[in-house]
Amino acid sequence: MRLIRNLIRTPEGAIGLGILALLVLIALLAPALSPGDPLKIAARPLLPPFTDVNFPLGTDRLGRDVLAGIIHGTRTSLAVGIAAALAAIAIGLCVGLAAGFAGGLVDEALMRVVDAFQIVPSFLLALAFVSVIGASVPVVVLAIALGAWADPARLTRAQVLSIRERDYIASARVIGMHPVEIAFKEILPNALPPVLALSAIIVAAAILTEAALSFLGLGDPNVVTWGSMIAEGRNILRSSPSLSIFPGIALVVTVVGVYLFSEGLTNALAGRRSEA
Amino acid sequence: MTLLSVENLSKRFSSGGRQVAALHDVSFMLAAGETLGLVGASGSGKSTLARILMRLIPADAGRIRFDGEDWLALTGPELRRRRAKMQMVFQDVLGAFNPRATVASVLDDPLRIHGIVPKNERPKEIATLLDRVGLSASYAERSIREVSGGQRQRIAIARAIATRPLLIVLDEAVSALDVSIRGKILELLVELQEERGIAYLFVSHDLAVLRAVSHRIAVMDAGRLVETGTARQVIDNPQSSAARALIAAVPRFATGTSAGISEGHDS
Repeated sequence: MRLIRNLIRTPEGAIGLGILALLVLIALLAPALSPGDPLKIAARPLLPPFTDVNFPLGTDRLGRDVLAGIIHGTRTSLAVGIAAALAAIAIGLCVGLAAGFAGGLVDEALMRVVDAFQIVPSFLLALAFVSVIGASVPVVVLAIALGAWADPARLTRAQVLSIRERDYIASARVIGMHPVEIAFKEILPNALPPVLALSAIIVAAAILTEAALSFLGLGDPNVVTWGSMIAEGRNILRSSPSLSIFPGIALVVTVVGVYLFSEGLTNALAGRRSEA
Repeated sequence: MTLLSVENLSKRFSSGGRQVAALHDVSFMLAAGETLGLVGASGSGKSTLARILMRLIPADAGRIRFDGEDWLALTGPELRRRRAKMQMVFQDVLGAFNPRATVASVLDDPLRIHGIVPKNERPKEIATLLDRVGLSASYAERSIREVSGGQRQRIAIARAIATRPLLIVLDEAVSALDVSIRGKILELLVELQEERGIAYLFVSHDLAVLRAVSHRIAVMDAGRLVETGTARQVIDNPQSSAARALIAAVPRFATGTSAGISEGHDS
């Protein structure tokens, strides 16, 4: 609770939280805000924006409602971004915790795997993964997570290495606490804050990667995404630029919102630490 | 009755390819209910000895018998179970607690891990422990960050006695405390010893403190145990140069008056 209070005390935190809250609301209420399938033909094609009250942002080449696409696209973007980040953080935390806590050979082996994943550009990895397995939302999530878990793993390991030398870990051992309990109860919660701050950046990167995959036609074809909308509008960019611009703006607002939120979160966490 | 016997304990650290002997052939005994003060300048190896005893770091060579068992041979679950009998109080009153802990959770952990009392009686036992170390039961719900240094050390002592140990290793346990609080904590430790027969290995660089609580004092210098004797013997008639240097470093001993912080209960 105090974290949220600290978060909205800074302007960037307040704005970021506001944008994210609005987007989450839109995503959750998408079926109510624009009922029906956003991929179905709703009106005559290439209706310009701001001319028809029923279709404020106009329609695309096939006559699909652009606003409906953006509203439903919020769902996909946020869901994929957050799911991919959660998966990446979860994998990263486990690997980092294991490497830092076990040390020795286990540490060496795990960190070389991390190196391998950091060397390969994450977008190429996602591209290859989706091309081979096929495009669907879970595969896209996994593909993005595969390219993003190495950073949190490194950060977690560094945190664990520093925390495990503290006296409270020694006192936990002295009272006979099981190593697994020490790892998850004593070390993990204290290693978490910087990883949490990193997670927002991973969400932003994941949203962008998802959009890029969709743009290249490697997104899930059964759901509407901002990336696929931009790709769709690209062919007629000169005659109807709005088709690419509106989803583009949605993407920019989301990523900026996530970054601001991350900035605010970092400050709030740092503030809390200096209080201690 | 011998509770703890340490024989020929050695430990080397390698730093930058160079081997540094932290402990060299250290042997001593400790009887049940006795306090052995372990004194030495910084870097003399006293904390290393304490940490080896607590099985926090491994020894290179030597044997430790504790409560009739080969202490260094214990591993895994067996070691964790036996740890109840040997507890430790750390110097750093803040660093020794998880910053997210509450007073209740700090005391709950050892009670839960060793099943000292049934689950539903744990809150009552926590209140009893707090009361025993001179804190009101209302402290239980506080965050560990919200209590003062002296109170934290009382909580650390409560945590150490929670598992009903036979031996508590006190690693500079009062060095970080205010002088006024220091005396009260020492009194509490002596009281607990008389009441429960706990043995202490009291590690300190401060002879005035050790004189107040120790039955015997062992002097360490550069990883070796150079002198052992009753508290009075070591302080009044030091044999080793290290002991003499430590005594000279305490102004009130050097002037010949024996105005220590309180009269020791040396045997």
